[in-house]
Amino acid sequence: MAKITYHTHDNKTHTIDVQNGLTVMEGAIQNDIPGIDADCGGGMACATCHVYVKEEWLDKLPAKEDGEEDMLDMAFEPKNNSRLSCQLIVSDELDGLEVNIPSKQG
Amino acid sequence: MNKTDVLIIGAGPTGLFCAHQLGIIGLSCEIVDNLDKAGGQCIELYPDKPIYDIPAVPECTGEELTNNLLQQIKPFNVKFHLNERVEELKKNQNRWHVKTSGGVEFDVAAIVIAGGVGSFEPRKFSVKECEKFEGNSLFYSIKDKSIFKDKSISIFGGGDSALDWAIELSNTSKVNLIHRRDGFSGAEASVQKVKDLNDQGKLNLYTKYQMDSVIGDKKIESVKIKHDEGEIKEIKSDYVLGFFGLIMQLGPILDWGLNIDKKTVQVNTENFETNVSGIFAIGDICSYPGKLKLILSGFHEGALAARGCFKYAKPDEKLRFEFTTTSKAAQERLGIKK
Repeated sequence: MAKITYHTHDNKTHTIDVQNGLTVMEGAIQNDIPGIDADCGGGMACATCHVYVKEEWLDKLPAKEDGEEDMLDMAFEPKNNSRLSCQLIVSDELDGLEVNIPSKQG
Repeated sequence: MNKTDVLIIGAGPTGLFCAHQLGIIGLSCEIVDNLDKAGGQCIELYPDKPIYDIPAVPECTGEELTNNLLQQIKPFNVKFHLNERVEELKKNQNRWHVKTSGGVEFDVAAIVIAGGVGSFEPRKFSVKECEKFEGNSLFYSIKDKSIFKDKSISIFGGGDSALDWAIELSNTSKVNLIHRRDGFSGAEASVQKVKDLNDQGKLNLYTKYQMDSVIGDKKIESVKIKHDEGEIKEIKSDYVLGFFGLIMQLGPILDWGLNIDKKTVQVNTENFETNVSGIFAIGDICSYPGKLKLILSGFHEGALAARGCFKYAKPDEKLRFEFTTTSKAAQERLGIKK
């Protein structure tokens, strides 16, 4: 279990306990946190679960697999701290992770 | 006016198999899709990637699955209307009158929405001012490349479309290729070619830059691009092209009075009919308790929705359950000769 904090574009903060093994994307979808579309359902095929990771977490997260950076090229306003939340699998190590959800997904 | 029993919206695997199921029970159908080819997400998102969970098919690619489904519905001579998006639905007594973006009209007894996550539309620039230049000096696809001759073109993106057009247009135009990072998702050979052209001064490659703003009155005159480190460059551009792939938009479906929740259409699990009689929804676009976004679930949903359409298409007839293995009628429809 990890506490994940989602900052949505309307300046609201949602801190949720997400079970280990789920993705940061699923944590948002299952808890009705707005702003993550996840059109492809987690297949790294659409870039609509794009989030900005709080800087201090960037190096602590598992590295991007092949294909994630390619998909981020398609994302709305990608930055250096962009990740696809479907690729972030929750574990105890992610406890306290904070992500910002962009103003739109596409 | 195209008169048929059922209109299927979406030519992905679910829509294609539903056409098969309609054909087997003796109903006619036509299919509309916004893309220029059948296959939906399988073709647009992962044509070469393997799928391992189609029953009795241990492994196939998105393209193979699509081709096999097209082969399977061949006996029914289903008419496809590609590059068309359904815009308007109107109830006309017991039938539906449907109109597409290209003005194609249908008179049908029932509608099956197999639209995936909506229709594919180009992803756009996030910079607001881009909107007012769209279609005049800013494009997301190219219809007539001759307009670019001897002009300055700024192309944004790092995939195959961006690379291929940069290479092609560099023959006759002054091309700037701008991409947000050093890596590219396009083919290795094209990346090398672009780098060679850049070294030879035949195009200008700007990596780690993204669009900052567009400048111009009626038409674009220049674009400002911003480096990761914050530096801003202004480059003269007569035209701006953006190639960021496609995104799925629900579009006009939102206006048809259907119960929609989180970009999906609510259906019953008896025949996958929506809250509007005669409109069914199957595949990724439908939702019900326990819904799985799997192709195999879409096949099941299509089989039941096809049978649900029967009472609208042939209200005076009774549908009898039959197996294709033994049904003479089904085999005749399949064109099996014995």
